[in-house]
Amino acid sequence: MLKRLAAPGFVTGLGIVLFWVLCALFGPWLEPQNPYADDLMNALAPPSAAHWFGTDQIGRDIFSRIIAGARPILSVAPAATLLATLCGTTLGLITGYAGGWVDALLSRLIEVILALPLIVVALLVLVALGPSSLNVTVVIALVFTPIIARTVRAAVLAECKLDYVPAAQLRHEGALHIMFVEILPNILPPILVEVTVRLGYAIFTVASLSFLGFGVQPPSPDWGLAIAENYGLIVGGYGWTVGFAALATASLVVGVNMVAEGLQDALR
Amino acid sequence: MITAITRRGALSILTLLLLSMVVFAGGQLLPGDVGRSILGPLADARAVAALNHQLGTDAPPALMYLRWIGALLHGDMGMSYAYRSPVAPFILHALAKSAALAAVTSVTVVPLAIAGGIIAGLNHGRWPDRVITLGGLSLTVVPEFVSGILLILVFGVWLRWLPISANTRPGTGALEQLRHLILPALPLVLILFGYIARIARAGMVEALEADYTRTARLKGLGRRSVIFGHVLRNALLPTITVIAAQTSYLLGGLVVVETLFRYQGIGSLILTAARGKDYPMMEAGILTVGLAYILSAVIADMLIAALDPRNRAGGR
Repeated sequence: MLKRLAAPGFVTGLGIVLFWVLCALFGPWLEPQNPYADDLMNALAPPSAAHWFGTDQIGRDIFSRIIAGARPILSVAPAATLLATLCGTTLGLITGYAGGWVDALLSRLIEVILALPLIVVALLVLVALGPSSLNVTVVIALVFTPIIARTVRAAVLAECKLDYVPAAQLRHEGALHIMFVEILPNILPPILVEVTVRLGYAIFTVASLSFLGFGVQPPSPDWGLAIAENYGLIVGGYGWTVGFAALATASLVVGVNMVAEGLQDALR
Repeated sequence: MITAITRRGALSILTLLLLSMVVFAGGQLLPGDVGRSILGPLADARAVAALNHQLGTDAPPALMYLRWIGALLHGDMGMSYAYRSPVAPFILHALAKSAALAAVTSVTVVPLAIAGGIIAGLNHGRWPDRVITLGGLSLTVVPEFVSGILLILVFGVWLRWLPISANTRPGTGALEQLRHLILPALPLVLILFGYIARIARAGMVEALEADYTRTARLKGLGRRSVIFGHVLRNALLPTITVIAAQTSYLLGGLVVVETLFRYQGIGSLILTAARGKDYPMMEAGILTVGLAYILSAVIADMLIAALDPRNRAGGR
């Protein structure tokens, strides 16, 4: 398995993701300038030796803001994924093991959730609750929970056909013990793959919600927010105000996706 | 077959009903005091109560839901809070614009992705397969506004090949209007390409290894007639399901793309309504999107039933 993980795609993806994780963790030490400090005399300056990626509308250093922007997206998206994984795994274990009406109800719930685009569901809830990082986390977790539950449920159903589950039942082990101690360790690989795939979609959604104005609020250096604030300037030829943020977001999602693909190949 | 269709129809109606409850809960119950949220925290309590009474938002939730659903069934989508006029004409107008954008996207991506999937499937494991599969998969995860910005910068600003704005002046020719829709459609095309191509490729690989393909080859049929007569028909069936499933994504992608290109479709209508707390407009827009998705899923099921001879016989 480790040999298969050495595939070039996985290693490249891991490298990209690690780079942004380092930026998120140690941003304040890496930024050459204060990402929040405005300098109106130098507003909209093109990339130069002083400002590698140029400056934005109020003269903030874009290079520093790109580094600082790794933190908001890399805290909300993984938190949402983690929350959804915990809830989804529990729900999937219960529905897969218990079956019956619980199972039928879950399938219907998934169909309803999948009938609406993720962004639209998120808008619906965020309009009511108000835009904030916490609410974005909760909404994404809410939508991902049944999707992860479905994957877990399928894996549980396959496990229940193996001898060790009836054996445990004959030993009069409790349902909770069978679900979490007997079955769960055996279905960790598909859960891990699902989690990395979901993480990619979580980043996708967090970035899109920031762009639409329903995610983190100004003056956060978030990349999606930077694009929302500055994309009107493209026509004027100030492409650097959005181009670098777009490249940063693209590299992060592609990196996470390469890791997910690599894991999937290795665990297959 | 008939029972299968009836069952599918009943399930769709159930889904739609649940959907309407979710939309109602999100749009009317979660915000709590609608009058307060429109007038703001500083407004007089009597003004808030009067507005709530005028809008009918002071009734019990169950009654509000029944009134709303009853009006919808009569074709009445309610009154917009922001425009003080019926919602329906706005929805229809926006829907037509979004349909144009969605049509340009589908007409571009479906043949392109199926061709990509077929080429990848025929070259299973070799470099064209790897380029199409990996490239397609990477593109599916890049958010539309990100690829949109990069495409604008390259094709709109740097090369100046395509117009940046999706909007045209009234009286512009159809071909010119189409040209304005290319750049907005491209981010959606990039995302859909990977999904559709992947399924088309998987279908091809499976069909190429199937017994009937071997039989056809052993019968002495040429490579071309094996592929066109036997492989493609079987390989592309699952692709239809995926295309229908991606309609849901496409409708969501419209929200982002229409915002980025300032195009007045259903997506930007929902977003504007959401920002302005125009709940009737938002609910009607979201329900329209859900309905469009459910309809496309039903149509896909019927298409598959019509194309797959196994489904025609007795029905599962």
